[in-house]
Amino acid sequence: MSQAHQKEYEQLRISRLHAFYGESHILHGIDMEVKRGELVTLLGRNGAGRSTTLKAIMNMVGRRTGSIMINGEETMSCAPHHIARLGVGYCPEHRGIFSGLNVMENLTLPPIVRSGGLELEEIFSMFPNLYERRASQGSKLSGGEQQMLAMARILRTGANMLLLDEITEGLAPVIVEKLGDVLVKLKEKGLTIVLVEQNFHFAAPLADRHYVMEHGQIVEEISAGELESKQSMLDKYLGV
Amino acid sequence: MTEILGVPVAVLSGQLMLGIINGSFYALLSLGLAVIFGLLKIINFAHGAMYMLGAMCTVLMFDVFGINYWVALFLAPVVVGCFGIVLEYFLLRRIAGQDHIYSLLLTFGIALILQGLLTNIYGVSGLRYSMPEMFRGGMNLGFMFLPYYRAWVIVAALLVCFGTWFMIEKTRLGSYLRAGTEDSQLMQGFGINVPLLISLTYGFGVMLAAFAGALAAPIYSVSPVMGSNILIVVFAVVVIGGMGSIAGAVITGLMMGVVEGFTKVFYPEGSAAVIFLVMVVVLLIRPSGLFGKEA
Repeated sequence: MSQAHQKEYEQLRISRLHAFYGESHILHGIDMEVKRGELVTLLGRNGAGRSTTLKAIMNMVGRRTGSIMINGEETMSCAPHHIARLGVGYCPEHRGIFSGLNVMENLTLPPIVRSGGLELEEIFSMFPNLYERRASQGSKLSGGEQQMLAMARILRTGANMLLLDEITEGLAPVIVEKLGDVLVKLKEKGLTIVLVEQNFHFAAPLADRHYVMEHGQIVEEISAGELESKQSMLDKYLGV
Repeated sequence: MTEILGVPVAVLSGQLMLGIINGSFYALLSLGLAVIFGLLKIINFAHGAMYMLGAMCTVLMFDVFGINYWVALFLAPVVVGCFGIVLEYFLLRRIAGQDHIYSLLLTFGIALILQGLLTNIYGVSGLRYSMPEMFRGGMNLGFMFLPYYRAWVIVAALLVCFGTWFMIEKTRLGSYLRAGTEDSQLMQGFGINVPLLISLTYGFGVMLAAFAGALAAPIYSVSPVMGSNILIVVFAVVVIGGMGSIAGAVITGLMMGVVEGFTKVFYPEGSAAVIFLVMVVVLLIRPSGLFGKEA
């Protein structure tokens, strides 16, 4: 709790958020807030609306209503590139590595949005594999390497709020463990993280709070301390 | 005189050179189409009209303002490119993300309007543009006569094609373009101003077409309909090459010019159709084109 003094700062506040893809109504009035330096997860089954919540924050869904405040600024009318420039780093599901670009090009593609991002040397010491493969095409990377690259890419930009979508999906346990170490380090640096995660055992020891989603709504908010007492309820929602 | 397959070498090399020149124009035009298609995902049916505008601009700049060839070769593409950016901003942007048929109809409509307006003013008989003084004449290579201007067309077109390829494949700006071709929404999510990038890309593609037009002004008949004639062939070239690759567009353009040239030697009647024949064959064997990525 070294960042306790920062935790009063509200980095993200979502109120009454509805989101639509064409005719389908995906999010039905989301309310949540994330304080600076917090790691918050969105839990739930597939199709509960967790990825859509992240996309809606980035203004990457068809239509949205409600309010999304980032650093106290209303962003509902902002284009995605303006939202990124508020210090938001988005790591999409399926990683979004550009196959026509090599590792170095992928890594340096996103522009610096704030000062204080990681230098290339720091990134390469965190992910040594990426240095070895810096000249390889994005399409030639393994799933784990792609995920490391997708993470590294947004750490360089200086973004101080990361939206991470299913970063452990389909990866070997040793790589999942590595990603866990990285998240701990980022938390120590004071970054705010919103994590969409299927792997509850990965998320549980890292997170300060959990939001449980079902049918496009938040049905439960659980702090790290309450996990044990609410485990059975959580199991019911997650269907494990 | 030496002969190959019963054809004098002079005739053969003459047609080969004409083929390379036509191919240079096909390459410039299909390159512009490929750049635009990559990021905007639209097939720019106004491309022929932009080529025509480049040529008309070059002629009118001289007739009205006395602007010489070298200045026009730079200025005409810039003027037409800016016009392209205006079109993108006020028209194409409104239908972004809609079905292909909308952009097809819109750009085709733009082409017809431009062609119609200019035909009304200048007629279809063609404007005269005199060859710049320094390009008069040519050199005798021993086996053929090479007019200076035609040599210049080949050099200029290849330089611009290579420059474009280098810019797209090897520079940071080019990496934005390549990434945008794959997933422009994610690029925007990283903080890149994609709408601006799209405008500039369309402007650049149009500029390539207008440059080809300016280059063509001294040797081809400059008229409001010159674009629609060449565009059909260029579309066939694009289909043969496939939309996937920048280098592919250039190579296919040159190759088809040469194929057309040789056909003129051996079977003149077929020269107008040969590119479309190749297109049919390629479509049957490799529908995504010679250099296209498998769909």
